[in-house]
Amino acid sequence: MNIAELDFYTQAILSLAALVGLTSFLMLGQGRLLRLIFVFAMQGFLLTLTTVLAAYSLNNHHLYISAVLTLVLKVIFIPWMLRRQVLHMNMHRDIEALNNKTTVMLGGASLMVFSYYVLQPIVQSSPVVMLNALAVSLSVVLLGMLLMISHRQAVAHVVGFMSIENGLFFAAIVATNGMPMVVELGVAFDVLVAAVLFGIFFLHIRTSIDSLDVDLLNKLNEVDK
Amino acid sequence: MIAAYLALLIPFVGILYFALAGHKTDTGKQNVWFNSVSLLATIWLAINVLNQGTIVSSGKAFLIDPFNVYLIVLTAFVGLTTSIFSSPYMAHEKEIGKLNDTRLKLYYSMYQGFMLAMYLVLTTNNMGIMWVAMEGATLATVLLVSLYRTPESIEAAWKYFILCGVGIAQALFGTILLYYAAVQIGDGENALLWSVLYENAEQLNPEVLEIAFVFLLIGYGTKIGLVPLHSWLPDAHSEGPTPMSAVLSGLLLNDALYAVVRNKMLVDGATHSHLAGYLMMGFGMLSFLVAAVLLHRQKDIKRLFSYSSIEHMGIMTFAFGIGGPLATFAALLHMTVHSLTKSAIFVTVGHAAQVAGTQSIDKIRGLIRTQPKIGWGLLIGTISIAGFPPFGVFTSEFLVLLATMHSYPWLTPLLLLGIGIAFAGLFRHIQPMVYGEKPEGQLPVKANLWPVMIHLALVLWMGLAIPGFLANWFSQATILISGSSPL
Repeated sequence: MNIAELDFYTQAILSLAALVGLTSFLMLGQGRLLRLIFVFAMQGFLLTLTTVLAAYSLNNHHLYISAVLTLVLKVIFIPWMLRRQVLHMNMHRDIEALNNKTTVMLGGASLMVFSYYVLQPIVQSSPVVMLNALAVSLSVVLLGMLLMISHRQAVAHVVGFMSIENGLFFAAIVATNGMPMVVELGVAFDVLVAAVLFGIFFLHIRTSIDSLDVDLLNKLNEVDK
Repeated sequence: MIAAYLALLIPFVGILYFALAGHKTDTGKQNVWFNSVSLLATIWLAINVLNQGTIVSSGKAFLIDPFNVYLIVLTAFVGLTTSIFSSPYMAHEKEIGKLNDTRLKLYYSMYQGFMLAMYLVLTTNNMGIMWVAMEGATLATVLLVSLYRTPESIEAAWKYFILCGVGIAQALFGTILLYYAAVQIGDGENALLWSVLYENAEQLNPEVLEIAFVFLLIGYGTKIGLVPLHSWLPDAHSEGPTPMSAVLSGLLLNDALYAVVRNKMLVDGATHSHLAGYLMMGFGMLSFLVAAVLLHRQKDIKRLFSYSSIEHMGIMTFAFGIGGPLATFAALLHMTVHSLTKSAIFVTVGHAAQVAGTQSIDKIRGLIRTQPKIGWGLLIGTISIAGFPPFGVFTSEFLVLLATMHSYPWLTPLLLLGIGIAFAGLFRHIQPMVYGEKPEGQLPVKANLWPVMIHLALVLWMGLAIPGFLANWFSQATILISGSSPL
């Protein structure tokens, strides 16, 4: 694949895919919650850009609506809500000591390679660009999971959860030019409700264990104590 | 088709009504009314399907065929009987101070929300909307799991939310891949419709669909409670209010399995390999065996029966994985009898826990002497779920065994072993709870056991002789799924 031979749209999509993947890695190694939230908002913004670009070059009007939804939900509302929680709990000065930062980053890199490996069969029937886009989306999904495993704060878990959604959304935009409108509205509705529920949960967890460290949620297990 | 719209509209009105009207003493009874009307609407729908065959709505947004219509009726029926049980149960919880009016308002509103999500999963023709509704079911029930606001229940709800949310995200990735394969052969807006996909399954790209199915199985499999994705299930079942455990076990798990089977039909059409079936058989068998062993270690009565649910979902997944007409027929029957029996058991378990004032197996004793109805209900329910004749679970498990012997004889010993281990696991816990001396000062509680009796009577009926129309219905669904008739 020679980059210079591709049209402008494909080149732009490839660059954006690279940037989205990069933000996932930035989040993975981030110990400060406010920066984590900022990078998450950046990822949302990159998604918005991708959507607008796709809408413009494919002349697909319903993608503009998706772009607005992404902007409002992922760039403004959710980061704002999380930021407020962090400031409220006075956690913005804490630096979470991440165990095995190097291992986690290496794990993230191998997940990315793994994504390419899993999706390799798709190349037989579609352009190589598609493989890049889908593999980056899948690795954003997997990196989101890794983020949730490696961080202990509930806020970081929500960021991981929402960045998984980002990865899926990126796949939907790039590979299929957006899902049918009704599905996209439904997904956006679910994300909104999930965000509100997370807000409620923060309140409950705080009143119950007086912290947002989910490692303290360890009462239920199969092993006798 | 009006009946289907009605079945969706009633719970929607229910959500708004219970959310706006606030909690009064008779709200529980109103919930029963809402569910009765839903049941009538779904029966009307079933009669329509029986007369006309598969119905597709004018915009192709909804699809009702023999496979989903019986699950719709089952959903409405279990929803109704559980609401009959929940009315005095929740009133008792309020009396002992575990709940207040605001939370009961949330409970009833979200009960209808959950029912709406379940009907939508079953009726929709759009694979994307199916995902949205499945996620909606999680969102509706997550606050119900933490309804008691104890640290344990909040932990269980958080786990449920995160695990199911992340799990089901995989299913969305699978759906996106499915859509990606579909847009290559057809038009955009209709490309995710199941009926369109099914007609063109031959042309879908098999490589993409194989990858998609792995993601779909992992995603919806989290909801089914397949091992190793099951760890949310016992927590959510044990910490939430008991009516919620009954509908989660009886309905949500079934409907998640329904979503997997719908997708499997598409994948089988495209790939002509048995990959999807092997995956389901593997996961099903693993869940079945692991859950059967874990039954022995339980200390909480609701956790005990949630592991039993995982075990039975494993059997069903396994049977759908085998895929022949006999196995499919058995799986459909098992879905029905498990859902009826398990919700009946959770109803009695809820009352038993109220009698003893605890959910700890060690402390529940002498149920038959304290309140014979509850003790016998629990005992008969357990006999039924363990697969004793003449109950329906025996029939379906026997058919699964037959199908296994026919197609994969070397798996039969594993299956028999698992059934034996599970039986021992259930009875070593149940026996001291129902028999034995009653503890000092243990008093009967106000209980409505009609739902239990009706459910168990139906399961018994299906074990003795499956009614003709039902057998006919199952075999129509079997033809749809596996391509040939079992009879």
